[in-house]
Amino acid sequence: MEIVNLTLYELRQKIRDGELSVCEVLEALGERIAATDSTVGAYLDYNIERALSEARNVDLSLPLGGLPIAIKDNINVKGELCTCASKILTGYRAPYDATAIARLKSAGAIPFGRLNMDEFAMGSSTENSAYQLTRNPWDPSRIPGGSSGGSAASVAARSAFAALGSDTGGSIRQPAAHCGCVGLKPSYGRVSRYGLVAFASSLDQIGPLARSVRDCALLLSVIAGHDPADSTSLDAPVPDYTANLREDLRGIRLGIPKEYFSEGIDSHVRSCIETALQHCKELGAEIVEISLPHTPYAISTYYIIAPAEASANLARFDGVRYGYRTANPADISELYFNTRAEGFGSEVKRRIILGTYVLSSGYYDAYYLRAQKVRTLIRRDFEQAFQSVDAIVCPTSPEPAFPIGERTSDPLKMYLSDIFTISANLAGICAISVPCGFAQINGKKLPVGLQFLCNFLEEQKLLSIANAYEVTTPWSRQSPPI
Amino acid sequence: MSSHSDLHFDVSYVSKLARIALLPSEINEFQKQLDRVLEHVNQISSLNLENVEPTAHAHPVFNVIRPDEPQAGLPKDQALANAPRQISGLFAVPRVIE
Repeated sequence: MEIVNLTLYELRQKIRDGELSVCEVLEALGERIAATDSTVGAYLDYNIERALSEARNVDLSLPLGGLPIAIKDNINVKGELCTCASKILTGYRAPYDATAIARLKSAGAIPFGRLNMDEFAMGSSTENSAYQLTRNPWDPSRIPGGSSGGSAASVAARSAFAALGSDTGGSIRQPAAHCGCVGLKPSYGRVSRYGLVAFASSLDQIGPLARSVRDCALLLSVIAGHDPADSTSLDAPVPDYTANLREDLRGIRLGIPKEYFSEGIDSHVRSCIETALQHCKELGAEIVEISLPHTPYAISTYYIIAPAEASANLARFDGVRYGYRTANPADISELYFNTRAEGFGSEVKRRIILGTYVLSSGYYDAYYLRAQKVRTLIRRDFEQAFQSVDAIVCPTSPEPAFPIGERTSDPLKMYLSDIFTISANLAGICAISVPCGFAQINGKKLPVGLQFLCNFLEEQKLLSIANAYEVTTPWSRQSPPI
Repeated sequence: MSSHSDLHFDVSYVSKLARIALLPSEINEFQKQLDRVLEHVNQISSLNLENVEPTAHAHPVFNVIRPDEPQAGLPKDQALANAPRQISGLFAVPRVIE
């Protein structure tokens, strides 16, 4: 079997057994990136040479000893560029490691490359990067999803074994679904946000993308845990998430939200999900209909709260302390106005304008405060649902990856495709996307993702359920034709 | 409860609050696009939210404190390393006070 096709878990075993050296692995990875990335465009940059020199000193007995991990470009890796795919952070070098990165390094992992994304993680297609397009490895005329599009595309294209991404409204799960890999959004507070460039602080979480549920479990076991540098990180024990992963679903009750299946799901996706549900039944799960009555309000709530928080977080990009500054400003006001006009792309400007408006005097109560109250209702819907089911199951995205350019001029249409992922962020619960088949469109196979959601801090149960589905189906082991 | 139909959204004005110099073409484009987004999000005005507490964080934690012990911060040269312009160890900006 080709080295680049191995899962992280298999790779670790082969390195430990002495069947493969870390150098062989890195060289194979470098060749694979060179062969695929001119088409896929997942990497903003990568450095195999330096990874090779770091590999010489690595302790292979560590949990991730010698394993190369690619990183979304909004997570700080000390000494490396960190641009959030924005012009406003051109040339910015991280002065410190994000806590998730520090934990990866302590576990022996080697961060070696920066992955493309939608600018400041705002988008569902990675088309909002200021630097380059990323293409779907299954069909390069289509988007990889977003905002962690580089993360998902590299893992799918076998040009990364695993990657870190960030998820504010589905930015790990939706690209994982579109590219045919596994993507996990942990519960809010499970992973420290320290060193993750903030988009919407009450919704953001770092999480892994990989080729198997077990690989995601392995990475979560390393990056999860309390961090004094992030006061919202939770001081809850971190189990070994790879232990006791199930291979059946006996005794598990899965809830299907009736609101999610009412309309607007692509027929290919619907048919893959129906087959997946039948498979879950065969694995022993009991499937029951549930209701999440405030689902129709989730997009509205999200597109008030997330831009509001973003408008506050992105106020720091003013051209004074770091990043881009406009040339020859006449005064301080022109420095601010022109730096931000020239440094931010259209989608970021749109969201800052929207967020500034919903927080502005006279409109705060009508929009932001109301949205926060609806957020309470959405959270209660889930609390209610989890009283009777172990997990909720639904599509990750209502449709397969769409063609590049199709929605760039229609932001509302782009926003509406987040319908199945944003509620987990609003409620703070954990969720995972696993591959569940393909839509055949124009002779191309396009991956479809199945999403499981579990209650707050129930990652162990979530990973176990997702593992049972994944290891008894062939979908996660399919390689794209690239 | 305020009615959303009274709410006036003016991209040109809001862009000044947000300190972003928009081109006239951007103002027009964003106005059209965001009017549609606001029309959509206005659906939450139909919900009865009496006696519903707002959620700021999905799982709030309160009064997180740590021991008040001095720790090393970012050294000055590192803090300034990314500055677009610096003069004698300070961030430099156009003159603010005449």
